[in-house]
Amino acid sequence: MFELLGIPPQALFGQLLLGLINGSFYAILSLGLAIIFGLLNIINFTHGAQYMMGAFVAWMLLNYAGIGYWWALLIAPLIVGATGIVIDRLFLARLRDLDHLYGLLLTFGLALIIQGLFRNQYGVSGLPYSIPPELAGGRNLGFMFLPNYRGWVVAASLAVCLATWFVIEKTRLGAYLRAATENPTLVQAFGINVPRLITLTYGFGVGLAALAGVLAAPIYSVNPNMGADLIIVVFAVVVIGGMGSILGSIVTGFGLGLIEGLTKVFYPEAAATVIFVVMVLVLLIKPAGLFGRAA
Amino acid sequence: MASVSGQMAAAPAARATVEAASLHRAIFIGIAVFLAVAPFLLYPVFLMKVLCFALFACAFNLLLGYGGLLSFGHAAYLGTASYICAHTAKVWGVPPEVAILLGTASAAVLGLVFGSLAIRRQGIYFAMITLALAQMVFFFSLQAPFTGGEDGIQAVPRGRLFGLVDLSSDTTLYYVVATIFLAGVLFIYRIIHSPFGQVLKAIRDNEPRAISLGYATNRYKLVVFTLSATLAGLAGATKAIVFQLASLTDVHWTMSGEVVLMTLVGGMGTVFGPMVGAAVIVTMQNYLAHLGAWVTVIQGVIFVICVMLFREGIVGVLAKRLKRPL
Repeated sequence: MFELLGIPPQALFGQLLLGLINGSFYAILSLGLAIIFGLLNIINFTHGAQYMMGAFVAWMLLNYAGIGYWWALLIAPLIVGATGIVIDRLFLARLRDLDHLYGLLLTFGLALIIQGLFRNQYGVSGLPYSIPPELAGGRNLGFMFLPNYRGWVVAASLAVCLATWFVIEKTRLGAYLRAATENPTLVQAFGINVPRLITLTYGFGVGLAALAGVLAAPIYSVNPNMGADLIIVVFAVVVIGGMGSILGSIVTGFGLGLIEGLTKVFYPEAAATVIFVVMVLVLLIKPAGLFGRAA
Repeated sequence: MASVSGQMAAAPAARATVEAASLHRAIFIGIAVFLAVAPFLLYPVFLMKVLCFALFACAFNLLLGYGGLLSFGHAAYLGTASYICAHTAKVWGVPPEVAILLGTASAAVLGLVFGSLAIRRQGIYFAMITLALAQMVFFFSLQAPFTGGEDGIQAVPRGRLFGLVDLSSDTTLYYVVATIFLAGVLFIYRIIHSPFGQVLKAIRDNEPRAISLGYATNRYKLVVFTLSATLAGLAGATKAIVFQLASLTDVHWTMSGEVVLMTLVGGMGTVFGPMVGAAVIVTMQNYLAHLGAWVTVIQGVIFVICVMLFREGIVGVLAKRLKRPL
């Protein structure tokens, strides 16, 4: 058994894997935030609550309707995305012409409502959601033991991120989206229904958050507070990466997850704060963010 | 000719300013009189809670309402000052006025450091950075040995003010807190109406123009951020002496959200709005405390209602009716 800097490799790689998993959630969530910000110009404070809703909808599908993990992976983001569309039509659409600060305050209020309602209904102790049987167990990679489900989460998140990147950068729909981000008035003049595009974009970003929630459900227990603290870390990730670039969000998300994992191994006391420390350093060295354009 | 018409236009404006100033003076005197008799009508501890949060909200409003900067991490300054005040009063055994000053000073230093980081980015990023920095303070408070983790610092001695006045009586302490509150809000009022405050409003309304006029806007932003954090710290330190407790609640992001809510309900960018907002929210929390997690839901609903239908806040609407700035 070899050791690396006095750390057994099992522990090191185990934490790195956990870091990678957290990183995938950071990546998906910051991607959703960036897409929403691009078109709506608001920071979606409800994002953490919507991630939590994804996990809860998966749990409800299983416990109330007997629908398992694989269908939940598809249905939960659709349901939560639909609630997002309702939120946009009911509230955000009416705030478009106002200071963007109001969008932030509104989504903060909505996050309080959603989290409070779930807390009243389900308590704070957390509900179990088991790993689908197809992904139970794990395999020995020689240098570490890899639980199948964790490997799947990383692979699936990466695939989702890259698919999103592909849609936005390489398809016609993505071109509309990018054009509307640059100049909505001009795009509307070309006959594209920009208000609908904005609403659908919000629904899509929210759906991404819910998808991350479903992926997270078997790893972390399903808990009304699961998104509340996470979203603040994701905000820091967004500040570090800057919201200008899709690939930038993905790289920053995974990278910071790894840094967090490494910190857990070498200096566990700082694990909770390391991402904020990185944020401070980035603000000092490159205020616009690693991939950001100067504002 | 142009200068004459300019003067003629300036005269009514100047009269309106003078009228507003005398109205404000009357309201401040009214507040002082109310504060003097209030403990005979209401429970002093409840009043002190309202006053601490009112000062906190006024400090926050100085930054948001007049600087146009939305900080989502003001709990960091309230909480840090509260911890430092509680620690110095309890462990070092310093008198309460020194503990409050030390707490306030710690918030000032923290505000200066965090402010200089946060003003490097604008708008939405500013809010996210302040929130993330405050969360860092929260985790620090959770882990640092001197804060007592989940327990907080309990049984903080109220001590004797200047070594003379025993503060263990709620009524005595109430008058000290009321004095601190009045001094704090008058200081804020003075800042808002100083030349510095005028430049601040110019930056809030149009930063590029203020820059083009030669103002070093970042320096103004940093000064107002530090002032706001300092006054939030004064509120937090006073609160620690009042409740003899400093806990994680004071540094949690929900506290940062609450002060935003108080300011929004009362009226952003008004002098008296945050005080009204704080009174409304604290009263609501007091009466609805038995509802548990529903309080969060109700606060969320108030947020949504305020943003959708009531953006000017209570005092903002009043000011519009009276056609006077309040």
